[in-house]
Amino acid sequence: MSWIRQKSPFILASTILGVLMLLFLIIPLLGSVTNSLPGLPAAITDTRTLNAIFVSFYCALLATIFVFILGVPFAYIFARYDFHGKHFLDSIIDLPILIPHNAAGLALLSVLAPASPIGGVFKLFGVEFIDTISGIVVAMAFVSAPFLIRNAQEAFGSVSFTMEKTARSLGASNFQVFRHVTFPLALRGILTGCLLTWARSVSEFGAVVILAYFPKTAPVYLYDVFEGQSGGLKAALPISTLLIILAIVILFGFKLATSKTIRLAR
Amino acid sequence: MTLKIDHVSKKLGMFSLKDVSLEVAEGEYFVLLGPTGAGKTVLLEVIMGFHHPDKGKVLLNDQDITNLQVDKREIAYVPQNCPLFPHMNVFENVEFGLKVRRVAQKERTETVKKMLEAMNLEEMAETMPSTLSGGERQKVVLSRVLITEPKVVLLDEPLTSIDAETSRNLRNELKRINREFNVAFLHVTHDQLEAFSLANKVAIMMEGKIVQAGAPNEVLSNPIDEPVARFLGYGNVLHTRLVKYKGGISEVNAEGISIKMKGKLESDAATIAIRPEDLVITAEAPAVSDEWNSFEGKVVECTNFGLAIEVTIDAGIMLKAFIDKRSFLGLNLVEGKHVHVAFKIDSVKIVNLCQA
Repeated sequence: MSWIRQKSPFILASTILGVLMLLFLIIPLLGSVTNSLPGLPAAITDTRTLNAIFVSFYCALLATIFVFILGVPFAYIFARYDFHGKHFLDSIIDLPILIPHNAAGLALLSVLAPASPIGGVFKLFGVEFIDTISGIVVAMAFVSAPFLIRNAQEAFGSVSFTMEKTARSLGASNFQVFRHVTFPLALRGILTGCLLTWARSVSEFGAVVILAYFPKTAPVYLYDVFEGQSGGLKAALPISTLLIILAIVILFGFKLATSKTIRLAR
Repeated sequence: MTLKIDHVSKKLGMFSLKDVSLEVAEGEYFVLLGPTGAGKTVLLEVIMGFHHPDKGKVLLNDQDITNLQVDKREIAYVPQNCPLFPHMNVFENVEFGLKVRRVAQKERTETVKKMLEAMNLEEMAETMPSTLSGGERQKVVLSRVLITEPKVVLLDEPLTSIDAETSRNLRNELKRINREFNVAFLHVTHDQLEAFSLANKVAIMMEGKIVQAGAPNEVLSNPIDEPVARFLGYGNVLHTRLVKYKGGISEVNAEGISIKMKGKLESDAATIAIRPEDLVITAEAPAVSDEWNSFEGKVVECTNFGLAIEVTIDAGIMLKAFIDKRSFLGLNLVEGKHVHVAFKIDSVKIVNLCQA
C-alpha cells in the first residue's frame, strides 16, 4: 500500500473517511448476524421464511427478465439516437427511484385495479395484479427498471460509433451489428444492471406491500414478524441475517458467473 | 470497376463538401491528399453511405448507389485508428464479414485460413487484438476487409499513429495488396510521403473542394495555386513582377532581387514557388550560367530534421534550402555564415498569374 506511505494529508483524510464509510455499512450487518446466530437454524428450517424468500427471488427474477426485454432495446435507442423530448424522457426514467415507493405502489394500484380501464383489460385475459405474483412482479419491475436501463444505456454509450460503422461497412445489417458487436461489448454493463435490478427487486417493500400483500415476499414477511405480537426484533433478526447471507452469496456468485458469461460470449 | 463521385455536395454543421467529383478506376491506388479538416473523412463517409449527399451521386460501376444501404455497397471502409473487435480473436475478426453474409462454416474457415496465410498472420489466429502490435493490427484490419472481396477499399489515414518503420513496411504491404488482389484503393491522408509513395493518382483536397488531381509527379511538379504549393512543401513562395523576357527566359523581380525562370510569363506579375530541395548551397560563388540563379547570402537559421537540414538564407529575400547532413557538415554551416545559394531556372514554378 505505497499510497499510504505518501503521507499526503489529503490521502490520509480520504482513507480515514473511507474506513468510516465502510464501518457504517458493515457494523449494522455484523450486528444483525452476531445477535441472531442462536435463532438462525430455526429460521433456515422455517417453511414460511423459505417460502417468502423463494417468492422474493422468483418474482425478482421475473421482474428482471421483464425489464431486460423492454429496457435493453429502449436503452440502446436512447444511447444511440437523438430525438425530440429526449431530455424529458431522460428525467422520467429516474422517477421511480425518486418517488416514495408506497406512492409508486398507489400509482400502480390506481391503474391496475380490476375496476380501472387497464386493469379491466388485463382481467379479461385472466391477469390480475392485486395480491398475485403478477402484482409483485409489476411493482418490483416499476421501481427497479431504472437500474437496468441506466446501466445498459451507459454500456451501449461506451461502444464506439467507429466500431459499429466498421461492422456495417463489412456487410453487417443493423441487427447483426447489435448482435455481434454492440451487445457483446455492452454485456458486462447490462449484466451489472440486471444484478442491481434483481437485488433492488428482492429488497422492494413499499410498492409491493400496497399492490400485492400476498403472497408474502421476504421484506413483507420480515415486517410482519417484526410487527407481530409474538415477534419483535428477536424473531425478525434471524430472518434478516438469512437474507443478508443469501445476498452476499448471490452477489459473489453473480460476479463469478458474469465474468464466465462474458468470456463465453467472446 | 469504377467508383465515381459525381458533383457531391454535403453540408454538415459549419463544414461543407463543395461539388466534389472524382473517379477511381479498377485496381487503381488513388490517394486523396489534404490538410486536417479538408473534408476527406466526410467524403469517405458519404461514399460509404453514413451521410447522404445534399447534391450529387455516388456510382459504382455506373450503378447509382447513393441510396443503397451501407452493408449493400460492396465498398469496404477502414476508418482512422480502425478498431478490431476487442471481444474476438484474430481469426474471428477476419471471419466477421463472411459470418454476417452467412457463408457456410466450412467454407468460412478455409477462406479465413487462406487469407491469414496470404497476410502472414496464420500464427496469430488465436491471438486477441489487445496483444497485437500496431503493424499487426493494421494487417488484421486489411485482412478483415479484403476477405469480403470489396470492389473498392476506402482507407482513412491508415498509417497514422504508427512508428516510421512499421509505416514503411505497411506501405509496401498496401502496394502488394493493391497489385495482388487487384482491388482499387481510395486512401486519404495528410502525409505527402505516404501519398506520393503509394499513389497511381493523386487529388488534393482543401476546404471541402478537390483543387487539383492527376498523376503524382504532375501534381507535385505543377501545383495549381499558392495554398497547394505551400501544402506540397514548396517552402519558397515569392510574389514577383515581370522585368523582361528574352530568349525563352523570363526575368522577374522579387523584393528587389532578380530571378530568371524558363518560359514566357503570360502576365506582368506572378507568384512563383521553388522547392527547398532544388536549392544548392556552396561556399564559393558558382560559375555564372544562364541555366542557374545564384545569390550570395547569410545563414539565418538551421533546423535539423534528422536526415535533412533546413537552412534559411537571407539573400535579400528569405530562401529555404533542404540539404543532407553530409553537405551540412562539409560546409560547416552556422548561423551568420556567408554562403552562396543557387537553383536551376526550370525549378521555378508559376503558381499564380496576376496583374501588377
